[in-house]
Amino acid sequence: MSSAPKVATPYPLLEIMAIDKSFGSNKILKNCSLNVQASETVVIIGPSGSGKSTLLRCVNQLDPADGGNIFFEGKDVTRDARNAPYLRREIGMVFQNFELFSHLTAAENIMLAPMKVRGMSRSDAHDIASELLRKVRIPEKADHFPDELSGGQQQRVAIARALAMKPKVMLYDEPTSALDPEMIREVLDVMAELSSEGMTSLVVTHEMGFARQAADRIVFMEGGEIIENATSAGFFSGEVHPRAKRFLEQILH
Amino acid sequence: MSFELVLTYLISPTFFHGALITLLITVCSLFFGAIVGLIIALLQETRLRAAHGVTLAYLWLFRGTPVLFQIIFVYNVLPSFGIRLSAVVCAVLALSLNEGAYMAEIIRSGLQAIRKGQRTAALALGMFPSDVMRHVVIPQAVRIILPPIGNQMIGMLKLSALVSVVAVEDLLLIANQTASSNFRYFEALTAAGIYYLVLTTLFMALQSLIERRLDPKSRRKRKAMSMMERLLGVGRTTTVR
Repeated sequence: MSSAPKVATPYPLLEIMAIDKSFGSNKILKNCSLNVQASETVVIIGPSGSGKSTLLRCVNQLDPADGGNIFFEGKDVTRDARNAPYLRREIGMVFQNFELFSHLTAAENIMLAPMKVRGMSRSDAHDIASELLRKVRIPEKADHFPDELSGGQQQRVAIARALAMKPKVMLYDEPTSALDPEMIREVLDVMAELSSEGMTSLVVTHEMGFARQAADRIVFMEGGEIIENATSAGFFSGEVHPRAKRFLEQILH
Repeated sequence: MSFELVLTYLISPTFFHGALITLLITVCSLFFGAIVGLIIALLQETRLRAAHGVTLAYLWLFRGTPVLFQIIFVYNVLPSFGIRLSAVVCAVLALSLNEGAYMAEIIRSGLQAIRKGQRTAALALGMFPSDVMRHVVIPQAVRIILPPIGNQMIGMLKLSALVSVVAVEDLLLIANQTASSNFRYFEALTAAGIYYLVLTTLFMALQSLIERRLDPKSRRKRKAMSMMERLLGVGRTTTVR
């Protein structure tokens, strides 16, 4: 566990200011504000349907916010749909269901974006893929297709695929929720290692062990609102909003 | 009944020419039909209301009338608008337009079969929507739509026999003409039937060849060594699904 903020910049790397989001008449996010400093790891917890995933998808414009503003590196990126692809190149994302491209091998999954988006040569991209597969501890699976990998291996390839774009921040959307229990550890270990190396991370998860180990701050959401935003130390010492406390008791039994 | 006459017909230039015309019409109609189908399917993927209207009208028109009607319509009605095309071109035009409607539905089903999450993941990497289509969606969709496309290929070969009504000298018309000159229907039609079977067999072989080529796993060249390693390795790694 480390204390935030680690790097002093004039503005946070990511600044979410009072965003709202609705799907039809359904208000998913209400006036949510959150700052993420460079090198910080922020864990978002909360009951399902509380808007955690939507908050992440607002950040990289997969679901653009209706109201409020999002600043990335001090620039307002909220409703700039035209530049969304450029923004997303700086923001890695990992999904609950991995979403590896099924027609490509593990290495090719990692190489695709560097080659097609950054225009990198095949051999350079291949070098990056090999290095990243070593980093996520499955170098031997380079030539395997997604359906030949376990869930944990697929998710680690997905993390490597996001890292290949050299993002400044990583968004994890319930990265271990679709995994069998015995595979959760291997994915969390990779994420914790990245965090400890200074990768700015925004993590939606139910894994409180991970939060304890890697988070600088913990955010609790419920009903589309951010109820609690506390340092990890403060959060686990029990000085939290009663609703957060109730949720914690539920998931920890 | 004379099998010698069947053989004579089989190797005769007229029958061979008829088979070539049948093949030509089939291949051209499939080619242009696939292009039309791809355009229609991609138009349906867009969110433009006007495009949806056009594609809907197109599908309604060309799936809602018999293809034989469409062939006769194109051949007989276009000249009254001053558009004079040869019988073969008319045949290909009508068959392509008809085929496009069916191809569009097949291609659309293939595109829709690719989970939304695959597109989302590609977008999240910073790809433009056109790149997502080209590098993620279409390569996966092609494998899904190939079997129904194979059906269409074989169907088109047989559908092409309809063009004999506008006096295109295809395989069926040649056989029919030959037979009516000497009343040897069995021999002439058997020869034509054999040609059709040979052509459909070739199409089926082509389809299975393409299917094997498109299987991504066939790209991975396995040497005997790595195969052994793979076999030995299985015992150690327990989590491979």
